[in-house]
Amino acid sequence: MTTLLEAKNVAAFYGATKALHGVDLTLEEGSITTLLGANGAGKTTTLRALCGLIRTEGEIRFAGTRIDGRVTEDIVRLGIAHVPEGRGTFVRLTVEENLQLGAMTRRNRAEIAADIERVYEHFPRLKERRKQQAGTLSGGEQQMLAVGRALMLRPRLMLLDEPSFGLAPLVVQELFEILRTVNRESGVSLLLVEQNADLALEAADRAYLIETGRIVMAGSAAELRADEGVRRAYLGY
Amino acid sequence: MELFLNQLLAGLATGGIYAAIALAIVMIYQAIDHLNFAQGEMAMFSTFIAWQLLQWGVPYWATFFLTIAVSFVGGIAIERIVFKPLKNAPVLSHIVVFIALFSVFNSLAGFIWDYSIKSFPSPFGGLHQVGMIAVTLLLLVGLYVFFQYTRIGLAMRAAAANPESARLVGVRVGWMVALGWGMAAAIGAVAGMMIAPVVFLEPNMMLSILLYGFAGAVVGGLTSPGGAVVGGFSVGILENLAGTYVPYVGSELKLTIALVLIVAVLVVKPSGLFGRRAVVRV
Ligand SMILES: Nc1ncnc2c1ncn2[C@@H]1O[C@H](COP(=O)(O)OP(=O)(O)OP(=O)(O)O)[C@@H](O)[C@H]1O
Ligand SMILES: [Mg+2]
Repeated sequence: MTTLLEAKNVAAFYGATKALHGVDLTLEEGSITTLLGANGAGKTTTLRALCGLIRTEGEIRFAGTRIDGRVTEDIVRLGIAHVPEGRGTFVRLTVEENLQLGAMTRRNRAEIAADIERVYEHFPRLKERRKQQAGTLSGGEQQMLAVGRALMLRPRLMLLDEPSFGLAPLVVQELFEILRTVNRESGVSLLLVEQNADLALEAADRAYLIETGRIVMAGSAAELRADEGVRRAYLGY
Repeated sequence: MELFLNQLLAGLATGGIYAAIALAIVMIYQAIDHLNFAQGEMAMFSTFIAWQLLQWGVPYWATFFLTIAVSFVGGIAIERIVFKPLKNAPVLSHIVVFIALFSVFNSLAGFIWDYSIKSFPSPFGGLHQVGMIAVTLLLLVGLYVFFQYTRIGLAMRAAAANPESARLVGVRVGWMVALGWGMAAAIGAVAGMMIAPVVFLEPNMMLSILLYGFAGAVVGGLTSPGGAVVGGFSVGILENLAGTYVPYVGSELKLTIALVLIVAVLVVKPSGLFGRRAVVRV
């Protein structure tokens, strides 16, 4: 396996406040990795650091090239799609315009149109609402739209910030099934931040545990699942 | 009846200009959340550039498009040089810079072309009002098509609505803002060149027009380009009809109407007629 993304000793800042204190992270090409942690541990901050939304120190490499210090717009062009916390819906634009925006970095119109159809196959509910203002979608539908928008980039890596947030259990199953399909069939690597640790560890190959801005544990998903401390704190049994 | 129709036509004609200015204001407001007080002065300066080109013997339509191009580039330059470094500065710094821009353009125009009133030609001869309406409508339709049906128009709307999400799909938000400034300056240039044959050219020509433009933007709701257009036309018609039919208003008090309208809308319906609150679920 080849390394797709590697973060070494990454610190991140909100203004003068340091929120990450030297995070190390390695993502393998084609893998699903999950980042677990309590509220305020720094999961969202880690994802924001990786795609240049906040100021960082340390080294981040994606497919061999340094991306730390580069602007988000350029990092996105390398193939990193971010499904942000809160979904980032363009509420006044239509569902289809939201999807089209996901392909903003691409040129080939026929391919883009085909990919929109593919997203509609994954999420038929979006197709029914294609001309509707995206802000009128339900929370779950907006989550699907956010994932669909990220897929429109044809990313090599997707950063997903709590995709299951606010979704009914059945919808969560559906969404994870789609994410697994995308990972398997298109070889898209996933970095998955989840509150639902059980679900995340089931889907993931590797897992990291973050506490107050530091990685405190790393290993295969099975290893973390077997760990006494993780089980008590995050799996609740 | 003929008086009424004449006033209506005049109202539509000047209303179109207010609509264009209102639209320029709304475009910049959506991009940077501030009202560009210098919008009118920028339009005035563009119109002087056109006047100068005409003086040098450049034909009218060549002048027209050349002025639009120069204004477009100038608008982008203003954003890149003056406002980009201010991106995270407090509101007050923005206001100070707007006022500075205002007086720089005003005094620069006075310095270069002096304060005497100059006449500005119309390409439509005696049918200036009709031509003016046609030009504004063409402009508005063109803008609508641009924003609704082109990828870059979509990118600009996305950047204005949600900058962070826009960056996450790769939209270069900074350049979209600059482009918005360029387009606003170009729209202002068209408005200036269309209104100049009516009000004559001088450095203060845009003061009242800017106020009407603001009124149009506020009536339409500062967040709605379509509303700005409707608002601009309504203000123009209202101004002309009130000036003719309401006793005491006459032409001297017409400007007060704009102020009254701004205050009334802000008090009664701050989001304007069309500044619909987006339906949002969180
Ligand atoms: N915009 C901000 N400004 C200042 N501090 C922030 C900001 N966003 C987050 N922080 C701080 O950074 C730390 C990490 O926050 P982060 O949002 O990354 O947590 P999280 O792991 O995603 O939590 P949650 O599970 O609640 O989403 C917290 O202490 C938080 O207070
Ligand atoms: Mg978070």
